[in-house]
Amino acid sequence: MSLAELTTRAGEWLSSEGPLHDVVISSRARLARNLGSVPFLSKCGEPLQREIETRLRREIRAANIAERMFYVDVAGAGELDRQLLVERHLISRQHADAQHPRGVAVSQDESVALMVNEEDHVRMQVLRSGLRLREAVAEISRIDDLLEARLDYAFHGRYGYLTACPTNVGTGLRVSVMLHLPALKMTGELEKVLRAARDMRLAIRGLYGEGTEASGDFFQVSNQTTLGRSEEQIVDEFLEQMVPKVIDYERRARQGLLKQRATGLDDKVFRSLALLRSARTMGSEETMYLLSLVRLGVNLERIRDVSIKTINELFLLTQPAHLQRIHRREMDGRERAEARAAFIRQRLHAP
Amino acid sequence: MKFKCDKCDKPATVHLTEIVNGQKHEKHLCEDCAAQEGITIKANVPISQLLEEFVLQSAEGGESDVGDLACDVCGTTFAEFRHRGVLGCPNDYDAFEQALLPLLGRAQEGAARHIGKVPRRAGSDQKKQNLILRLRAELKGAVAAEDYEKAAALRDKVKELENG
Repeated sequence: MSLAELTTRAGEWLSSEGPLHDVVISSRARLARNLGSVPFLSKCGEPLQREIETRLRREIRAANIAERMFYVDVAGAGELDRQLLVERHLISRQHADAQHPRGVAVSQDESVALMVNEEDHVRMQVLRSGLRLREAVAEISRIDDLLEARLDYAFHGRYGYLTACPTNVGTGLRVSVMLHLPALKMTGELEKVLRAARDMRLAIRGLYGEGTEASGDFFQVSNQTTLGRSEEQIVDEFLEQMVPKVIDYERRARQGLLKQRATGLDDKVFRSLALLRSARTMGSEETMYLLSLVRLGVNLERIRDVSIKTINELFLLTQPAHLQRIHRREMDGRERAEARAAFIRQRLHAP
Repeated sequence: MKFKCDKCDKPATVHLTEIVNGQKHEKHLCEDCAAQEGITIKANVPISQLLEEFVLQSAEGGESDVGDLACDVCGTTFAEFRHRGVLGCPNDYDAFEQALLPLLGRAQEGAARHIGKVPRRAGSDQKKQNLILRLRAELKGAVAAEDYEKAAALRDKVKELENG
């Protein structure tokens, strides 16, 4: 398994559909952990950072977390490869852009990724398609147990698992869902829903997590409180308070659109599909916008000859680093726009 | 009196009075336009902003500053933490406890005690971890001072403790 093999397909977690996939694209659980007998990363000099990286890499391998895992030395990887990992949600932008010794261990199906030497010594994540948060949390806890048997974590009787930033202290657990909310956006109710989520102390972010704008129709919603609640409480509150409501609002908005503005909706959806099937150049933002509408059309059974799997794959594979990896060369913006349009036409079986 | 939104025709629900150079300006906006202008308060507060507010607060509180607090294990000062947003080592949670508590309270909905998972392994001994942390700091100093004999001895001690 190598990075080159990743470029032609989506990770298994994204290509399958999963429960409630019409609104919930994916679920993610993340844990932050640190070693107890070394300083947090920013206070380690490079020799110690290197020592930590080597050690964690070895222990992760020995822990037999998944049947087949591969490890990428992020510090030694080229810019395009690092970008590729970000596009696949396997590392954060911060991890891609940092300068110190660091890496990531990824399972074959890409549902598990462990970043080594990010803000904390270990940042592990489990991804699942659709709404499968409990499953993701159970899996990450299992991985945590395997690692804990080999590592001496920084743990405090009062504050729990210690993290470099106090906003993660306690459980170190963040749970999130990636939501597709095109109808709420169209009906203008989106801001209200997002504000309600923020009032419940949930963080709303864009497609690529921290530091990215919540733009387009995709939103990552996650818990902010990590201390004073058990892992089960965090998941329960998240799944009971917020997620079912948003799914319900979005579905109602979709039905409302169908009832009141069916022709207008069809027009939008089929125009988007026609553009994707015909255009000769296609920018990445435009692609996102059009694919979002087509996704809505497929979920409402207006479009019947395109699968959600194809759309999910297009979202992933039309991103800049992926396109350049597929073509095995660096391309400027204009070349990418052409390559992107051609790639989309081919996947959508257009002439 | 009912207002229409300044930007569109919807009813205004957000009313803002600004005083600029002694001049009073009134704004009336609907929910959407207020959100667009960034006027509506968002409960999602990133850590950098929390820290910023916190710095302002302690600055207002006079010169009885906590910024001089320092961790005796890793040498990080509280001012450094405020500046960078990350702590230096696990011992900082104890070293800065008094200063951190209000910040934790705001970042964590008032919670100050972990009630979740606990490592299964009994080996996580905080005293020992702190001792190793201290020895590592000494080791760094010895290397910087080119006292390689001392550094070698410290390194052996760290290894011994970590494996023991």
